Amino acid sequence: MPEMTLIDAVRMAMDEEMARDPNVFIVGEDVGVRGGVFRATVGLFDKYGPERVIDSPLAELSIVGVGIGAALYGMRPICEIQFADFIYPAFNQIVSEAAKMCYRSNGDWTVPMVIRAPYGGGIGGGLYHSQSVEAFFTHVPGLKVVIPSNPYDAKGLLKSAVRDPNPVMFFEPKKGYRLIRGEVPEGEYTVPIGPAQVTRAGADVSVFAYGMMHHYTLQAAEKLAAEGVDVEVVDLRTLYPVDRETILASVRKTGKALIVHEDNLTGGYGAEIAATIAEHAFQDLDAPVRRLAGPDVPGVPFSHPLQDWFMPNPDKIAAALRELAAF
Amino acid sequence: MEKQEYLNLYHQMVVIRLLEEKVAELYQQGKIGGFLHLYIGQEAVSTGLISTRRPEDRVITAYRDHGVAINCGLPAGGIIAEMLGKATGVSGGKGGSMHLADVEKNFWGGHAIVGAHLPLAAGLALGDQYQGNAAVTICMFGDGATNIGFFHEALNLSKVWNLPVLWVCENNQYGMGTAVERASAVSEIRRKADGYGMKNAVADGMNLMDVREVAGKMMEEIRAGGGPQFLEIMTYRFRGHSMGDPERYRKPDEIRKWEENDPIGIYRKYLVDHQIASEDELNAQDQSAEKEIAEAVEFAENSPEPAAEELFKHIYVEE
Repeated sequence: MPEMTLIDAVRMAMDEEMARDPNVFIVGEDVGVRGGVFRATVGLFDKYGPERVIDSPLAELSIVGVGIGAALYGMRPICEIQFADFIYPAFNQIVSEAAKMCYRSNGDWTVPMVIRAPYGGGIGGGLYHSQSVEAFFTHVPGLKVVIPSNPYDAKGLLKSAVRDPNPVMFFEPKKGYRLIRGEVPEGEYTVPIGPAQVTRAGADVSVFAYGMMHHYTLQAAEKLAAEGVDVEVVDLRTLYPVDRETILASVRKTGKALIVHEDNLTGGYGAEIAATIAEHAFQDLDAPVRRLAGPDVPGVPFSHPLQDWFMPNPDKIAAALRELAAF
Repeated sequence: MEKQEYLNLYHQMVVIRLLEEKVAELYQQGKIGGFLHLYIGQEAVSTGLISTRRPEDRVITAYRDHGVAINCGLPAGGIIAEMLGKATGVSGGKGGSMHLADVEKNFWGGHAIVGAHLPLAAGLALGDQYQGNAAVTICMFGDGATNIGFFHEALNLSKVWNLPVLWVCENNQYGMGTAVERASAVSEIRRKADGYGMKNAVADGMNLMDVREVAGKMMEEIRAGGGPQFLEIMTYRFRGHSMGDPERYRKPDEIRKWEENDPIGIYRKYLVDHQIASEDELNAQDQSAEKEIAEAVEFAENSPEPAAEELFKHIYVEE
């Protein structure tokens, strides 16, 4: 099985889906001739032509709006937002249009579209090229929100997203684009949208994470194993609708829960997981639910020391785990 | 046009007028809640415009959508039921007045966020272009929508990609209560299309035949692959922005001037003067329209409310 980077897996998924279904097309800024700012679509313009790999004007609300219209028509658009930070002009289109079409039409209209966007910090991008935006969208029924943490899932989940009859927000951890490598089979397989995955079984503490933070959590769990703490790691993969059963089963086993994300703490996605655990597994807890998240500051600062202070990393996760294990 | 088609267009305008008068009454009785935006005075705009479409042409509009829905062939009963929030409404009662729609009739809604449906129209047209269908997307919006970003991005993109869209601004002179010249840097709205190198024209929205002639020519050019065009239709709503509008911003003599210029009256006179239809024939159309609306109201009022479990249906596609 070939080993590849996360971004290669993303590209492979799009390539295979475009070959499979002529209604699948890509639209976004610089996705065509240039092959994407992160090279996610490189080669696809030459292979599928300008009608299917469409360079758009620098206009996010139109990229998404046109995608919704084409999806209503029956096409299968993959809309690329160059950085998740740039998604806000399209917020209305996503929240008020895409998410509500099926409901407002009582099931007559469907929006089978994917919105891909690289997210997250740790790359020196500063305030406007480092944001984590998932919590804005996990608040919106009608959308699905997916974040892969490894190449295998990136390919399998993206293929499922393209085939899903609903709008899917697909956020890719851009720091991991070339850092995270893994084995990816060529050809057909999918990873279903919905189920979380226990990526490391353990008995003492459960960690719930996704994207880049899941990658770091596995590293932290190895450190703790050397210290005699047996950590269970759950990769949430689909943030909305979330797999409550897997989360609750893990907490019932270990009695301790840590949630890790790089988005700000307050009102972040971890709050929802913590509340779910408190509501449904309170009797099984041996310690307070803990969250490790980005601090409540307006953005990821540019300066390296400040950025490092902002970002959760394997050492910070390990420290939080030690505290929780000792509780 | 065959005689029957002339009569059908007259019938549609009368149905719209009567439907609007009836739902205004239902609103005042408290049977319709929320917001209600009437099309009275603007009937010739959508009736003339949509008379130029073929079944494969799509229609998408803003929230003042009752008349457009009638012209697209949606049943008056299903429309009124939707306004009453009944299970038999065209969107099962989930949408209401501003969100009428019917995919079967190629009517893509009723959209309540000003301007937000313009990029969607471009996407629908992109679908036709991609599939090689010679169909046109007719996208209607008010003058107020031409001041928001959606409008400018959508026009630019449609021109760059040569999409088959007819952009139609219904200029009824007011964005809610703000006169055009107080909100738009140019009061001739179609001049905005010049900025995108887009062919544009103006039509008299009080005159069905003028709208039909101007729009028909544009539709044929777009259908032939000529790219998007922009049509500004001058009109006037006889009622306030919505049922809750006290209309303090308009002078009484201004309203009277336009009412003498009633689009239904003008078209009726045209049909009689050109000996296309007799007064008796037109009176018969009036009566059949009255009967249609009375039956529609009865159907809607007697329809059941949606069941509580409908709340959780169609959040996602049901497979």
